[in-house]
Amino acid sequence: MAIGDVGIVSAPRPVTLRNRIRVLLDREQFLGPMFVTPALILIVLLVAYPFCMALYFALSNAFIGRPSHLVGLRNFINLWDSDAFRQTFQNAFVFTGTAVACKLVLGISLALLLNQQLWFKRLIRGAVLLPWVIPTALSTLGWSWMFNSLYSVVNWTGIALGIMHPPGPNWLGQQYYAMTAVVAVNVWRGLPFFAITILAGLVSIPKELYEAAEADGAGSVARFWYVTLPMLRPVLAIVILFSTILTFSDFNIVYVLTHGGPINSTHLFATLSRQIGLESGRIGEGAAISLYLFPVLAFVVYAQLKFVRKEA
Amino acid sequence: MGSRKLRSKILSHVLLVPFLLFAVFPFYHMTLTSLKQDRELYDRNAIPLLITQGPTLEHYQKLLWDTPFLTWTKNSLLVTFLATGLSLVIGTIAAYALARLKFFAVASFGTGIFVTYLVPTSLLFLPLAQVVNWLGLGDSKWSLVVTYPTFLVPFCTWLLMGYFRTVPKEVEECAMVDGASRIQALWRIVLPIAVPGLVCAALFAFTISWNEFIYALTFTSTSDQITASVGVTSELIRGDIYFWGSLMAGAVLGSVPIVILYVFFLDYYVSGLTAGAIK
Repeated sequence: MAIGDVGIVSAPRPVTLRNRIRVLLDREQFLGPMFVTPALILIVLLVAYPFCMALYFALSNAFIGRPSHLVGLRNFINLWDSDAFRQTFQNAFVFTGTAVACKLVLGISLALLLNQQLWFKRLIRGAVLLPWVIPTALSTLGWSWMFNSLYSVVNWTGIALGIMHPPGPNWLGQQYYAMTAVVAVNVWRGLPFFAITILAGLVSIPKELYEAAEADGAGSVARFWYVTLPMLRPVLAIVILFSTILTFSDFNIVYVLTHGGPINSTHLFATLSRQIGLESGRIGEGAAISLYLFPVLAFVVYAQLKFVRKEA
Repeated sequence: MGSRKLRSKILSHVLLVPFLLFAVFPFYHMTLTSLKQDRELYDRNAIPLLITQGPTLEHYQKLLWDTPFLTWTKNSLLVTFLATGLSLVIGTIAAYALARLKFFAVASFGTGIFVTYLVPTSLLFLPLAQVVNWLGLGDSKWSLVVTYPTFLVPFCTWLLMGYFRTVPKEVEECAMVDGASRIQALWRIVLPIAVPGLVCAALFAFTISWNEFIYALTFTSTSDQITASVGVTSELIRGDIYFWGSLMAGAVLGSVPIVILYVFFLDYYVSGLTAGAIK
């Protein structure tokens, strides 16, 4: 643009409505709030408000189709008298702890392998990521067939390889096996996220660090321990925090695979909350159960905001 | 290539085999089961890893003609496309405002979006069911179009904020000096540059809403309103009787739209997953 044009561009425009709107829209103080309003309405109406309702339900004796009264913290306390809830509480920690630990160890291993020189890189990555893209409810249905008490392909393979004694465990019908099965499916579904994200972290580690470590005589184990792991720390923190909240609040896998059984041994907060709150109609108690997810959520949010975003 | 290097390359592939089997086998088994005749499916002496007595499309025929599977799929498509489109629009403008504009409380709004992004759906489904009823959307697929944006918008906003920040501010300022309004600059300059980000956000939003289960299960129940995931997992099982052939056929067909997207846009999936932590 020639310098002479500037005068023409900035010449006062006729004050029409169109121009006034235009001037208004060019003001950040106006356009900014206008652009975030739809998202804000959505969040207030369908996230913040239901959250307050959950709090209210949890403090009341709400039952489907009946007026409710506030009962204070009674729901939260009475839950501890229920065997099903105590079992669920324990399950949630066992499930989350083992699943996240397995995903972490396997995820790092898989990422290290994917970071090597490979022949069919795209194909391999595609295969690795597949469990993450398929609808969980449907793929879990596939797993429940694989764990079927009569026709389990897992048992068939185990017996064929001589690892299991026929007929093999009834995966979904026995307590500890059921928990193992549920954890296995969660690991299967969550592993791609760990592997691919950690892989991205690996790729971004400067090669010079490894060369320097090698020059100092560090073997491959020492290089992994003193270069790779410390450099991966921020990525690992993000992945673990994300996965913790997602695993802790998991619903689909347990619902489809075991429905919480046998005898509540695989129930998680989400599945128990649905059973009590919807199937039995005790909304107050159901809401109280799902709010037990809240402390973990609050911790993850706090940790993410404090550490992760600062490092990013 | 040195023989030592070649050996380590081969070793990496060998070590990858168990991981790949673990990842892919369930789909193989699912597909295989859906193609087996019942006679072979329920034969305890048959080898479950192969089809030995001839394949059949009987389960697919049963699924498509004797069940409302096509209706469920149509519902899924409708909900997914609308929720994705809506969320993409709301998310794009919010992300642009948060990434580019200075205004009152912009930082705390950004934090709010991030916190919402972390809230799991299983925390809110009970009270949200009430809200859905009040809105007059109880047992309607439209309840899903309205509620899915609650997790899609924070996600899209978060992802797109990153993309918008990579567009140099000067490009936009140049356009504005040349007489374009801010909205024109956004529409003609910033959005075209951010197309990869938009594609990525659209793909992930599509995948997440296609895969959503707990809201769909809770808010809808009539056979002509439910989505494919809910239909296959609840309507195809009558009491304790499982029709495994049709169930697996449903699981395979219900995954097809996502697999098609996935095959075409694999690189976007990989880069999107690595761009930020994603649910």
